[in-house]
Parts: sequence; C-alpha cells; structure tokens
Amino acid sequence: MKVVVDMKACMSNALCMMAAPEVFEVREDGMLYILNETPPEELRAKVVEAVRLCPTQAITIEG
Amino acid sequence: MSLRSVVIVGASLAGLAAAHRLRDLAFDGTITIVGEEESPPYQRPPLSKQFLTGDWERPRLDLRIQRQDFDWRLGARATGLNVAERRVTLASGEHVPFDGLVIATGARARAPAGFAGRNGAYTLRTVEDASAIRDRIARGARKAVVVGAGFIGCEVASSLRKLGCDVTVVEMDRLPLLRVLGERLGEVCRTLHEAHGVKLELGIGVDGFAGSDAIEGVRLSDGRVIEAEIVIAGIGVTPNVGWLEDSGLDLQNGVLCDATGMAAENIVAAGDVARWDHPRYGPVRIEHWDSAIGQGEAAAATLISGRERAAAFDMTSFFWSDQYENKMQLVGMPQSPDELRVVEGALDERRFVAVFLRGGRVTGAFLYNSMHRVIAYKAMVDSNAHLEAKTA
Repeated sequence: MKVVVDMKACMSNALCMMAAPEVFEVREDGMLYILNETPPEELRAKVVEAVRLCPTQAITIEG
Repeated sequence: MSLRSVVIVGASLAGLAAAHRLRDLAFDGTITIVGEEESPPYQRPPLSKQFLTGDWERPRLDLRIQRQDFDWRLGARATGLNVAERRVTLASGEHVPFDGLVIATGARARAPAGFAGRNGAYTLRTVEDASAIRDRIARGARKAVVVGAGFIGCEVASSLRKLGCDVTVVEMDRLPLLRVLGERLGEVCRTLHEAHGVKLELGIGVDGFAGSDAIEGVRLSDGRVIEAEIVIAGIGVTPNVGWLEDSGLDLQNGVLCDATGMAAENIVAAGDVARWDHPRYGPVRIEHWDSAIGQGEAAAATLISGRERAAAFDMTSFFWSDQYENKMQLVGMPQSPDELRVVEGALDERRFVAVFLRGGRVTGAFLYNSMHRVIAYKAMVDSNAHLEAKTA
C-alpha cells in the first residue's frame, strides 16, 4: 500500500492525523508530513478512514 | 429478518458513507440512493470557502464514489415513509420498498421573514446557492450584508472580503459565535473580522429588507437601513423531516435515534437530520463533516448487526473553520463550561489553544492555528481529563 497526498489540495485540517497518526502528521508550521509512505498492511483500516475523512479528498491509496 | 434491500434517502455525505460501509460489511443486496438534488453527492464545507472565492471549481466538490453497485435515483424527492409497509414514496408517486432504510436527508437553511425569493437574497446550502452568489459578485455586486455571525456567516464574510466586497455582518448576539464559543473567544472573532475590514452590527436584530423584487438593504431593529446589493443569511438550519410527518417517528428537531442510530426497527438516521442519543452529549443534532461520515458508517453497521448487537456511537464532536488565513478547530461540546482556560499561547496571539472546563474537567478545546496539537487535546476531551487548578 502506497499513500499519495495531493499537497496542492491539502488544507491541513488534520483529520487524517486524527485517523492515522502513524502515517500523517500536521506540524507546527501548519504543513502535512507523511511519516510513512508505504505503511504496513495492519494500518490499512486507519488509512482508509483518513481517506474518507479528508475534507479535500487529497489522499489516495495505491495498491 | 434478513436484509436484502437498503434504501438510503439523501444523496449526502452521510448517505454515501452509509452506502460505502454497507459494502465494507459485505452487504451484497441492493443499495438504492434517493437524492432530491440532481447532482451526485458533493462536499458542502467548501461552499462558504474555496468554492465561494473561486479557488475551487465544481468538479472538485464531487465526493468520491468508490463503488459502481449503487442504484442512484437522483432528482427524486421522497415525500412519504410508511414504516409498517416498509416503503418510501417519491414525488412521482412511485413507491420504493425496502428491508432497511437510512434517513440522511440533511437540513435546509432557514431564511428570515420576507427574504426568500428576492433578487440578491441568498442562503447558502447548495452548490446552486454558492454559484448564484459567485455570479452576482462576478457581475459587479460589491455591497454585501451577512445576517448571522455563526460559523457560516463568519466564513462567508471572510470569503467576500477576499473577493473585494464591502461586508457588514449583522448579529443578534453581542459577539460573533457567542453561543458556541463564549465571551472571550467571541471577542477574538470580533477582533479578527474587524481587522479584516468587516463592519459588525452586533446585538441588533433584522427588522426587514428594503427594496421590492430586488433587495436594496437590510433594515435593522433600530430603524437604520444598511444598503446592500447582496444579502446572505446564515441563521441556522431546519432538519428535512417534512416527508416523514406521517411516519410516526419522533421528529422533534430531527429524527430521534437511539445511541446506535436506530429510529425504528430496521430504520436508521444519520447526519444533519438525525437527533442522535449520544452517550456523552445526550440527544443532539451535530451538523459537522466527520460526524456525518461517522454516523453514516455507524448507522450502516447498526442495520447490518440488528438492534441487539448494535454498538453505541460515541464520537467526540470535531469541527473546523477557516477564516482569512486562520484555521480554527473545536474539539468536543463545551456544554455550559464554567471556565475557559488558555493553555498555550495567548488570545491576542496568532496561535493559541484554550480549553473549556466544567468542574475542572476538559469538555472541549478550541485550537487557533494549532492543528498540530489536535491529537493531544482530543485525547483530553475523550478522557474528560482533569486539569489542576491554575497556580498563579
């Protein structure tokens, strides 16, 4: 599983971080950082939740 | 009884979330999604922000539909529900039978008396509403009045300033967002809007509107008239329950559901239309983005599992608002706090966090340009954490 974020669409609302903090982190500079672009399979449910919660639909999962 | 067909009324965020979850849970019967609007489900939060300012265009609003196996009935308005016969009636007269029903018809914007139908008078709920406001400004309207300084009103004011309009906000309360955020944070919002050149008329009501077919101004309760080419009312919403009037369901301020989303046997509700018996907040209608998704998913799970095995939905309320270049987040439901304590930064700084306390326990947190701290404060709200009294 590969996590792809369209950084132009991202508004740093941090809903992804709340769903999957292992993968997404909004930092003090207000920007989103992807902590792990290829997270392990056991995090899939959390990442799927992040995809669904993202209010700008900026996140996609490949594979 | 086994579930073979589910009808979802409301082609909305909550409705779509329910549809997706039903398939995730291996439901392989038919899913019919009935929607009053002609468009497939779309995002509403950008309507007062990115879409209103023109930063986003229509295609970006479409919600992702992950499955091909939904039966869409768009442009079809539900007009009735017969619980005993298990069928929904559409405006065309057609009856749609179901084994399970998801009610996700959302809410509609309320309008002040004498407002609707006038040229230049808008509420903001649908993409058509937002497009009409955009068109009007593109055709040269610059004098704008926003009625109501809740989150929608504040966001609209921010977007209209960005578009170069003169903006006056009229609010009955003494401060913007007073009822949600309280005195001190309301003051922060007042300062913010004033700093961006918005004129605020606070603590005053609207008595009527000047002009005939076309709106020309807003008449205040003290007799003054504020000239306007466009007026946008953001004074709250009414849940769309009219079609359920003869159903026998409890419809007082939304469809009453238990803690699992169930309104009646095999009938669940989700999103803005649902008054959910939240384990911590009691029966409450939450109009936020993530609760629409969460409730839609939980309601779907409840339909599949049945009443006995359904789980209570205990999600902490979360909400964000973007105004000017600032990002605000509200975690939890403060519910008559007895203290607001600033725990990071200061109210007059560009970045701060304030927590709402009741009996020394955290019931809510307001983050201002502090998204990076949201997990920590959500954990405090979730656990109703006790905060030591402030040592001076």
